[in-house]
Amino acid sequence: MEILDELKKDSIKSLISSGKRAGDRDNVTYRDMVIKKNVLGYSEGSAVVRLGKSQVLCAVKIGMGTPFPDRQDEGMLATSAELMPMASYLFEPGPPSTEAVELARIVDRGIRAAEMIDMKKLYIDEGKVLAIYIDLYVMDHDGNLIDAAGAAAMAALQCTKMPKIKNGEIVKGEYKGQLELSKTVTTHTFAKIGDTLLLDPCLDEEKGMEARVTLEIMDNDSICAIQKWGTGSFTQEELEKVMDIAFKKSKDIKKRITKA
Amino acid sequence: MEKVELFKNGKRHDGRNIEDLRKVKIKAHVLNDADGSAYLEWGNNKIIVGVYGPKECIPRHLSNPYGARIKCIYNMSPFSSPGEHGRSGPSRRSKELSMVIGQVFENVIKTENFPKAAIEIFVDILQGDGGTRCAAITAASVALADAGIPMKDMVSALAVGKVSGTVVVDLDYVEDSQGQSDCAIAFSRRNKDVLLLQMEGDMSKEDMKKAFELALLAEEELHKLQVDALKEVYLNVKEREIFVDI
Repeated sequence: MEILDELKKDSIKSLISSGKRAGDRDNVTYRDMVIKKNVLGYSEGSAVVRLGKSQVLCAVKIGMGTPFPDRQDEGMLATSAELMPMASYLFEPGPPSTEAVELARIVDRGIRAAEMIDMKKLYIDEGKVLAIYIDLYVMDHDGNLIDAAGAAAMAALQCTKMPKIKNGEIVKGEYKGQLELSKTVTTHTFAKIGDTLLLDPCLDEEKGMEARVTLEIMDNDSICAIQKWGTGSFTQEELEKVMDIAFKKSKDIKKRITKA
Repeated sequence: MEKVELFKNGKRHDGRNIEDLRKVKIKAHVLNDADGSAYLEWGNNKIIVGVYGPKECIPRHLSNPYGARIKCIYNMSPFSSPGEHGRSGPSRRSKELSMVIGQVFENVIKTENFPKAAIEIFVDILQGDGGTRCAAITAASVALADAGIPMKDMVSALAVGKVSGTVVVDLDYVEDSQGQSDCAIAFSRRNKDVLLLQMEGDMSKEDMKKAFELALLAEEELHKLQVDALKEVYLNVKEREIFVDI
């Protein structure tokens, strides 16, 4: 047991119960989010997102792939997340942890469920499709990696170039327009500490939370993915409340991602 | 890969002279949680290094009662090359490089000051274009200094090699893969001892002597950039945002 974590948990809980929050913000405010697109030269799309002291890099690479046997006319999408050991004393080198897999799957689910990419357009020839690889690299961890990674993936996809195809092969270094996206998805995570709901939990708040819920919102105020985590629970009223907050926040985050 | 003319009229394929380095940019202290960190751009190379320690050595049976254990992990990201999307996780190559880079720092760090402790160096290649192991050593030196870990020396490293019969410094990917030889060298600054040496290709004794001579001159330049990166953070200490400026 990490003694320091237990102490932090207590201090965060008592702070929250007195109606205050670390970092002088209210319960429904994000920390500063800074997004920069097109940061890497060897991938088709890339973006880096800073959310408070968390830093996440996303790279989108497009290559040749073999379609799945049951979906011969559709391209592939693979999302993976790396919790780099340099990002936090909590992360160890080695195969992806449960936390990393969950992070990648939440981001992946949002993109898939929103159907923002027309997978049929990635078809090239029989047994030959394009594969989109989304790599999420967590460089610095100060909580709420899900929202940072979600924004990074969305921003990177928005600036992804489509490779030129000639005779069923990718022409290296040549591009033909942008990857078409029919929607924008924004990701919003809430932590529950006691009876209080907190948008965008920082690392200390994540240590003190009993439950967490993530909502992924599409342009028209509809939800495309939800993930609840933790041994705690939410009441139905609480979930309705976080939906309303997420719809409201989604406009601002969408603007930030698109304008970056 | 397309063949290019590597050396013509005294100039290299990208217009550099034989003794010219590519453009190098180093920024120290770019991560919030790591004890020390650095971000380096060297030509098209983009590398980030995070350092933790001295801390408790886990598992404990790996600890050394006479000094700190240096753990180094060199990792290539799957999106670091212009080619296919790679695999994540350690490869045979990255395991070897982790070892040789770790050994360089085991030489210069005052490990005896921290018995039974561990010092971790995590190197990540976000974009690679030849000479990544040398760039990693150059950046890791800055990250270790940023972490306040006592060292006898700052280390900088670079690759020298032979292209079209001429010895040149700082090979990029094209020169590395199409040239005649490639030699990675790291010097200790006080006494010019060689801490890292990996060569492949074809070089005579005269070529090697020339390579050492050119490498020593170029390392002066790298050392200055390393010191400047640290001065930028520590000479005028002020409140600043800490981030990787990719």
